[in-house]
Amino acid sequence: MSSISSTATGSHGSSVHDHVQGHDLTHGHGHGHGHGQSFISKYVFSTDHKVIGIQFLCTTLLMLIVGGALALGVRWQLAWGMETMPFFGLLFKTEGGQISPDFYTMLFTMHATVMIFLVIIPVLAGAFGNFLIPLMIGADDMAFPVLNMLSYWFMWPAIGFFGLSFLSAGYGAAAGWTSYPLLSALAEAAPGSGWAQNWWLIGLTFVGVSSMMGSVNYMTTIINMRAPGMTLFRMPLTIWAMFITAILQAFALPVLTAAGFMLVADRLLGTCFFIPAGIIVNNADPTVGGGQPLLWQHLFWFYSHPAVYIMLLPAMGMVSDMLSCMARKPIFGYKPMVYSMAAIAGLGFIVWGHHMFTSGMNPALGMTFMVSTVMIALPSAVKVFNWIGTLWGGRLEFNTVLLNSVAFVSMFIIGGLSGIFMAAVPVDIYIHDTYFIVAHFHYVLFGATLFGVFGAIQFWYPKMFGRMMSERIGKLHFLLTFIGFNGTFFPMHLLGVAGMPRRYANPYMYPYLNHLLDMNQFMTVCAILMGLAQFLLLGNFLFSLKFGTPCGRNPWNANGLEWAAPSPPGHGNFDVPPICYRGPYEYSSPGAPEGEDHWMQTDPRGKGWKPPAEH
Amino acid sequence: MKKFWIALFMLVPILALWSCYVAPERGWWFPGTTGPYGGEAASPMGRRIDDLFYMILAITTVTFIGTQLALGYVLWTGARRGDAGSGEKAWFSHGSHNLEVIWSIVPAGILLFIALYQMDVVAAIRFKSEFPEQVQNRPLAEVTARQFEWRIRYPGFDANGNLLPLMADPQPTDLYAVNDLRLPAAQPVMINLRTDDVQHAFFLPELRVKQDAVPGLTIPVWFEADRADEFTLLCAELCGWGHYKMRARFVALREPDFLQYLRDLQAQQDYDGVPDAADEE
Repeated sequence: MSSISSTATGSHGSSVHDHVQGHDLTHGHGHGHGHGQSFISKYVFSTDHKVIGIQFLCTTLLMLIVGGALALGVRWQLAWGMETMPFFGLLFKTEGGQISPDFYTMLFTMHATVMIFLVIIPVLAGAFGNFLIPLMIGADDMAFPVLNMLSYWFMWPAIGFFGLSFLSAGYGAAAGWTSYPLLSALAEAAPGSGWAQNWWLIGLTFVGVSSMMGSVNYMTTIINMRAPGMTLFRMPLTIWAMFITAILQAFALPVLTAAGFMLVADRLLGTCFFIPAGIIVNNADPTVGGGQPLLWQHLFWFYSHPAVYIMLLPAMGMVSDMLSCMARKPIFGYKPMVYSMAAIAGLGFIVWGHHMFTSGMNPALGMTFMVSTVMIALPSAVKVFNWIGTLWGGRLEFNTVLLNSVAFVSMFIIGGLSGIFMAAVPVDIYIHDTYFIVAHFHYVLFGATLFGVFGAIQFWYPKMFGRMMSERIGKLHFLLTFIGFNGTFFPMHLLGVAGMPRRYANPYMYPYLNHLLDMNQFMTVCAILMGLAQFLLLGNFLFSLKFGTPCGRNPWNANGLEWAAPSPPGHGNFDVPPICYRGPYEYSSPGAPEGEDHWMQTDPRGKGWKPPAEH
Repeated sequence: MKKFWIALFMLVPILALWSCYVAPERGWWFPGTTGPYGGEAASPMGRRIDDLFYMILAITTVTFIGTQLALGYVLWTGARRGDAGSGEKAWFSHGSHNLEVIWSIVPAGILLFIALYQMDVVAAIRFKSEFPEQVQNRPLAEVTARQFEWRIRYPGFDANGNLLPLMADPQPTDLYAVNDLRLPAAQPVMINLRTDDVQHAFFLPELRVKQDAVPGLTIPVWFEADRADEFTLLCAELCGWGHYKMRARFVALREPDFLQYLRDLQAQQDYDGVPDAADEE
């Protein structure tokens, strides 16, 4: 713990704001262990959870650009497939800049890979999990700081291996992010199924190891290192979400890692876990073996369905915290919120088969998976009702944080409701592998999670860097992203109902899809708008580092423990060891100190409290 | 500015409902023959699937409008309370047990109903024991997907001109076609679905039929086209660079036409290049 020489009033909230602010700017850093570290150990191979969190955040924002560029390639092909593709077209000069169909399959495969494994999972668990967990529970760092550092540095080999995949024949893995065998198991099956696929699988393993190290750390930290008074039911929902996510990762990831090794073994060592006998691909020799391709689908989705919640729950938690703060109101139904997250996680383990309704597995299994999948909508619905309940009767602050959080709720409603269609086996038989599915998961993963992340960046940026991000640019970014997002993804529902399959380099060769070209061009224009809008976010992020308004400890008048620490907190986080007196959502409480509408968790003042004799 | 943001959020349900409302007339809706909703499925089972879709659509639309309106309402009142001059505090409440119970039990009942309501159709489509009697163990064709085409194997005729049953393994009498599946209309028919190489999926959008073809498995699929017509057959599971071009057609024929088609196939396959003796004269 850092030195306690600084004034203890820091935990008393906004009545002492000005004093604290002045204090932060002059002494905020430098307390604690930060002294005398070299640049390398402080900013590169740092064991400080905050530095690691920010490293994750910057890396994922960088990867967001890569994934976005790949997505725009996909969109371009669907709108103007016969034209020269900007940027990627340079690789196809001899074809007049028109990309090849196998390049198209690579584009959507790597788009999904980058967005899922290098953006969404690490930005939630890696960036915000790392940064927020110790601060919000009142710990001075993670339980295993070195392991934490390794979890970040295992991301880079993963990025490197995915990069190698791009450089291999076929310009990258092209079997879809789901990599179903045999397309992914036999090198002859596609141009991208050679070494590109090997590098992809190895990269995936590194991502898995990185997540695993994080998950062990988060669980241990949350269980063991909470500040005095921080009982489980006084934890912010963000922490509950991170905790449940860590459990999901710990139990689901080993399965994917094992499956990945099995597929690598099939490809390189001649085993046949997934390869049946007598298959002739592209006139190669018939395969020997007695494997079962469906096994991969079971193993893959046993991880990847819980992973969907790994990609959502932390955002749910953060949005709960942000909504409560911006509505100046306690969370509506705190315990139901916790239980519904636990229910989502629990049910999340028994719904993976809904990805396989058309796969040819035993149809009786499909029925049980249908019931569990439909029922997982229940805790999600409860959460939506409680978010609306949280806003109900609130005193809303219409800032970027609130707008993004409300967008999260609004878009999650759409994504959640469209999920019911594909949970029903007969309807899924028709919409499976159509654009309806693409619409659904983009509404959940972009519409919900990324809007939550945009809000969270705006909300916790002052704690990370001691400065506010620009509200004006933040709102403009939100406006353009929101319009671009809905313009891009809502029409996908209609494309799906019209029967347009996913992953088609040219759907327009089918007469019944011919007339959908106009709509696809409109969607691509919206996607380009949305893509360009992200430069506002990046610009705001970088610009505010230097020119943002300096802020005190608690610019939002929020309640959480993290707001009692200096902004940014020094190594060791708290200048005063925090003690937690109450839950995190006591906004507008009648018990709060006079004239304040928030009541910090660390604030000892309350009923019957008297100021210490000597102050 | 607050009003602008609330209007923006309320624009979402308005535009969503508008686009779904105009979708059928603009061709943004189901493929198939034109029915009351736009594209109507061309098979009895397809219509049952569409009915289930519309049932879920009705329930989700009501929920969608309700939750979006509630969101708009709480934003509107919350904005007013947060106005500069307003001294009104936020409502201090940690929630309501009764509301939690209501909004857990009611959706649970609805969701359970949705799930159970699908069961009959799932069984009818997928359970072999529930297949229509006339197709049980009587496949009319074997459809084998491969990169990037559909190969179709029909049984041939015996010496007396009677149609033979389709055997699991290829027979000398079998008849072959590529990317052109023809089966009788107005009666349930069954095919055996296989793949030679990677995974594919057999997709008849107008009939709402989809089934993956899995390496190493032979999967029976049954369906029924309402009338003699031509439909699209395409691949719905990523199978490589040429996934998009596995274009084929499914032609439903009146039963005599189907048998005549097979006879024509047989004649083509038996053609030895030697002109008929009768023509010589």
